[in-house]
Amino acid sequence: MGQRVGIEVSIALADAVKLANVDVIAAYPITPQTHIVEHLAELVAEGELDAEYIPVESEHSAMSACLGSSAAGARTFTATAGQGLELMHEVLYVASGMRLPMVMAVANRALSAPLSVWGDHSDAMAVRDTGWIQIFTENGQEVVDQTICAFKITEHHKVLLPVMVHLDGFNLSHVIEPIEMPDEKDVCEFLPFNRSPLTLHPLRPVAMGDFAPPVVFTEAKWAQEQAMLNVKDTILEIWEEFAQKFGRSYKPVECYKCEGAKTLLFTMGSFSETAMTAVDKLRDAGVNVGLIRLRLWRPFPFEEFRAAMKGVETLLVLDRAISSGGPGGPVASEIKAALYNEVEKPRIVSFIGGLGGRDITVTAFEKIIVDGIELAASGSGREYEMVGVRE
Amino acid sequence: MAKPENELTWKDIETGAAVTEPGSAAGYRTGDWRSQRPDYDFSRCLKCGICFVFCPEGCIRQNQRGFYEADLYYCKGCGICAYECPTRVIKMRDEEEK
Repeated sequence: MGQRVGIEVSIALADAVKLANVDVIAAYPITPQTHIVEHLAELVAEGELDAEYIPVESEHSAMSACLGSSAAGARTFTATAGQGLELMHEVLYVASGMRLPMVMAVANRALSAPLSVWGDHSDAMAVRDTGWIQIFTENGQEVVDQTICAFKITEHHKVLLPVMVHLDGFNLSHVIEPIEMPDEKDVCEFLPFNRSPLTLHPLRPVAMGDFAPPVVFTEAKWAQEQAMLNVKDTILEIWEEFAQKFGRSYKPVECYKCEGAKTLLFTMGSFSETAMTAVDKLRDAGVNVGLIRLRLWRPFPFEEFRAAMKGVETLLVLDRAISSGGPGGPVASEIKAALYNEVEKPRIVSFIGGLGGRDITVTAFEKIIVDGIELAASGSGREYEMVGVRE
Repeated sequence: MAKPENELTWKDIETGAAVTEPGSAAGYRTGDWRSQRPDYDFSRCLKCGICFVFCPEGCIRQNQRGFYEADLYYCKGCGICAYECPTRVIKMRDEEEK
């Protein structure tokens, strides 16, 4: 078994990347991701990790360097946040379109303006259609475990799609938590290096990222989409294998006190643990409420999500991003879309809160649940409710 | 890919749409959006090849008589050859002109 240590989550993530024995790291430091790449740079400089650390001049270059190293067959890692992820945006499509395996840690941060470096899901939502697998983590242990799983997922021959591991900026990236770091030997066994079937090599010439005229582009995109549709089964297998080896099991949709609950609160990321405390308190007070949280955001686990919605009357969705001028929260609108054709579906109340690092406390969660149940019964007519905004 | 492009299904597409066989983009006729084309007066041509050197499309070939001439399937009508020609052999004419 691994060793239980008290460690900052960013440092633990960097150590997990070291355990995965990466070959190339190309990254540009940006708050709140800085500690991750700083620690990796130290590990490489001190000779503890035999990898190439490429200090690039921007995130656009970081992702471009990662494309090259992944195409050459190297195990590749990068990390970014907020504006940095947006600067990478166009290259993200290239990475997924070229089916290049790589892992990126995203310390979620708000997008300017006004300038904010604090936690928010706006950056993750802005890149949700880029063809990357997106996993949202809740605590430090999960960050470490999912980072290790991410390398196995991305390199699986049925997947070959890049993976983002999301951790909330500051709320998760900068906290010190007790984490069980897996043994190097176990990680080595779990993560044998799977070379991509198609890599650049002088003896086997191949052209990657070619020009596709209208006559083949649709077919190429459909081939990529088929891979994405198959991803969930592979992820489930890998999570099961992880559970066998390390004893911690993960599911795409996780339920907390959902049995018989008429009202469910829906969250993603580090808010879920605070929300659990609020659910506990309200359950004690006799309110029939549970918590559902999504770990796998792309591909969206439709089956598991719909199964969890059986018998639920009210769903209160908390978004940490705004779909400006649209239906309110991007997560809530996808959930509405996922349930629209169902015969029995819950009433959905969309909340937006926790923007730009604003804390949502246990008390605030209790208010969200109480207000949400009332709004679902009466209906405010608004598309969404803003949590804790001063009028 | 033995099949012609318009018969390829998504299952025929290599992972990541990579191309594993040799080839070039020569099959794509890139001259069809041209608005001007080069017109030659070979009586003044020195066969110096300056137009060949300067053509950014690489579409100029020597014809059977040794004169340099643009392949109109690939010529985009930029007019650089006409500008560089020392003896003014080449005039750019509108596509509609005979």
